[in-house]
Amino acid sequence: MSPDTARSVVEPGATAKLLAAVLVAAYALVALIPIVWIVLTSFKTPSAAIAYPPSVLFSPSLEGYVNVFTQRTRQTPEYMASLPPPETWYDALVRSRNMVIAGPSRFAERYWNSIIIGFGSTFLAVFLGTLAAYAFSRFRVPLKDDLLFFILSTRMMPPIAVAIPIFLMYRTLGLSDTHLGMILLYTAVNLSLSVWLLKGFMDEIPREYEEAALVDGYSRFQAFLKVVLPQAVTGIAATAIFCLIFAWNEYAFALLLTSGNAQTAPPFIPTIIGEGGLDWPAVAAGTTMFLVPILVFTVLLRRHLLRGITFGAVRK
Amino acid sequence: MAEIRIAHLHKRFGEFVAVRDTTLTVADGEFFVLLGPSGCGKTTTLRMIAGLELPTSGEIRLAGEDVTFRRARDRDIAFVFQLFALYPHMNVRRNIAFPLLAQGLPRAEVRARVVEAARLLRIEHLLDRPVGGLSGGDRQRVALGRAIVRRPAAFLMDEPLGALDAEFRALMCEELRLLHQRIGATTVYVTHDQLEAMAMADRIAVMDKGVVLQCDRPAEIYHRPRSIFVADFIGSPAMSFLDARPAGPTAARVGEATVAVPRLQEEPPPELVLGIRPEHLRLADSAPLRGVVAGVEYMGARQVVTVDTAAGRARLRCGNEVKVGFGERVGLLPDPTRAILFDRASGRALRSELFAAAGHG
Ligand SMILES: Nc1ncnc2c1ncn2[C@@H]1O[C@H](COP(=O)(O)OP(=O)(O)O)[C@@H](O)[C@H]1O
Ligand SMILES: [Mg+2]
Repeated sequence: MSPDTARSVVEPGATAKLLAAVLVAAYALVALIPIVWIVLTSFKTPSAAIAYPPSVLFSPSLEGYVNVFTQRTRQTPEYMASLPPPETWYDALVRSRNMVIAGPSRFAERYWNSIIIGFGSTFLAVFLGTLAAYAFSRFRVPLKDDLLFFILSTRMMPPIAVAIPIFLMYRTLGLSDTHLGMILLYTAVNLSLSVWLLKGFMDEIPREYEEAALVDGYSRFQAFLKVVLPQAVTGIAATAIFCLIFAWNEYAFALLLTSGNAQTAPPFIPTIIGEGGLDWPAVAAGTTMFLVPILVFTVLLRRHLLRGITFGAVRK
Repeated sequence: MAEIRIAHLHKRFGEFVAVRDTTLTVADGEFFVLLGPSGCGKTTTLRMIAGLELPTSGEIRLAGEDVTFRRARDRDIAFVFQLFALYPHMNVRRNIAFPLLAQGLPRAEVRARVVEAARLLRIEHLLDRPVGGLSGGDRQRVALGRAIVRRPAAFLMDEPLGALDAEFRALMCEELRLLHQRIGATTVYVTHDQLEAMAMADRIAVMDKGVVLQCDRPAEIYHRPRSIFVADFIGSPAMSFLDARPAGPTAARVGEATVAVPRLQEEPPPELVLGIRPEHLRLADSAPLRGVVAGVEYMGARQVVTVDTAAGRARLRCGNEVKVGFGERVGLLPDPTRAILFDRASGRALRSELFAAAGHG
């Protein structure tokens, strides 16, 4: 047998590798096309956005981004002529469409709400989940298995199935359309995932580490902070990403429970369409910006995520 | 430095009794080994001394103080875990410094003591390495460093050599023993390996099924085991056990032969077992106890000969100059001062002159 026909038993062959590469590339393409489309659209002018056949090469415009952040009114040519020259580039851009900026839109506010509610509920869910998971993993909790099953069972139906009771409850408690209400709601929904995922990670951390810290003069809580937490970082990061993705993207409860005050970006973005015709670039711009925080968060925690998702399988 | 006293220690897990009515005293500065097969309750005993497990009943005293229900961190004890439990997110230096940081010592002193411990264990060059890439022996040394840096009242070690390969184990055995001689701290060392125990211990407690069967110096345990279990567990090749019946105060019937034994000091029960170590059994053509050679193992200058007799299989150790062949009929002569008679029913050794001489070699 010549050397180049000698094959390793464990290493996949060249054909298998090629096939895998093609499959991955095809999947990536299918998954990425809509996102690329949205990002491209966000830099188009409204007319270019609805052009058929769609243009792939176009001169980029920030009109969509200006529109998503502003409210504009159409004016008569006489009024436009009477105005002093525009002070900023976005003033100029809006005036070129025979409109003037009437004021900021509520997008920034909704976006900020999304950040507060998304990250706030993620923090709470992961914080409480970590403590609960540690307790379930290490202590003799009465009815432990039943409690864990009960926690999981809260996810056995879609959360929206209890929308009406929650709506009524929130109205009575004065939690409707408040940041606190939404944070609590998303925390409650995420908590079961968080407890279960994190318990898996905690179980993987040998007890001896904490016990070593306990005999070495630390309290149980110090041992948890200094020894357990640093080793649970991977699990915590992975859990946080899952929680954030849910809270960030949640649409139905946000639509139902929020309006003027605590509305998040997901129910807001579709309403952009309604304002003054089909402003697709503005919708696309809003969507593009909506993707950024979660993308940044995921990239920052990516190292942990990869190891976290395969937890158990490849623990060093 | 401290003495450890355990009195009537009892530990149940549900219905299962892991440690039963154990009473032990570990003298100040002693290297004490808990020896027994896997699952006999060694780790549980050690964890109760450390305060990682609370006893169901009984008392633990450390340097005279009752610490039975005191928290682990208030006991001033260092514990070396079976798999070392080095913190993977800290480098060697921080691992060793970790117990000192709990005491809030000044930085300079922490640094100095870490370096001192590292020097003692010859791991100074590893101080800034992550623990992940260390070899088994070096991990072991770091774990020891973390234990000695605090200068605790006592060291507890749970099979600390269990994770090392055989060659390294012998080396670490020696190092541990030397370390103990330099520090002189009370040490309780758990192992299931009788060779390790014999090599290191000042005293050994042999445990089985949660009970301490015998607690003595290694030579005593070896030469004067109080039960078949202890006799069988200690020694390699193992002691030979032959079926026997009583034949007066200074002899026993083994098959057709009468074998001399140390003078008994109690009335023997009808069913006996004669126990004899391989080096206390000789080949002698004229001996009445006959058997057939079933195997010969050469071990350098010595050899181990296996002989099948009517009363059971016996093994003996002799020099290479003795020539025997497989299938040959031979006579066996046990050393009359070393043979031990056990009660077959209870496994207990009968009282005899051999035991009366205890403590005199
Ligand atoms: N936390 C526990 N719960 C229930 N049983 C236990 C627990 N810890 C130990 N045991 C049992 O107690 C017995 C003694 O265990 P251990 O002390 O670890 O033995 P050794 O260290 O001598 O091998 C074993 O049978 C083990 O299964
Ligand atoms: Mg053990």
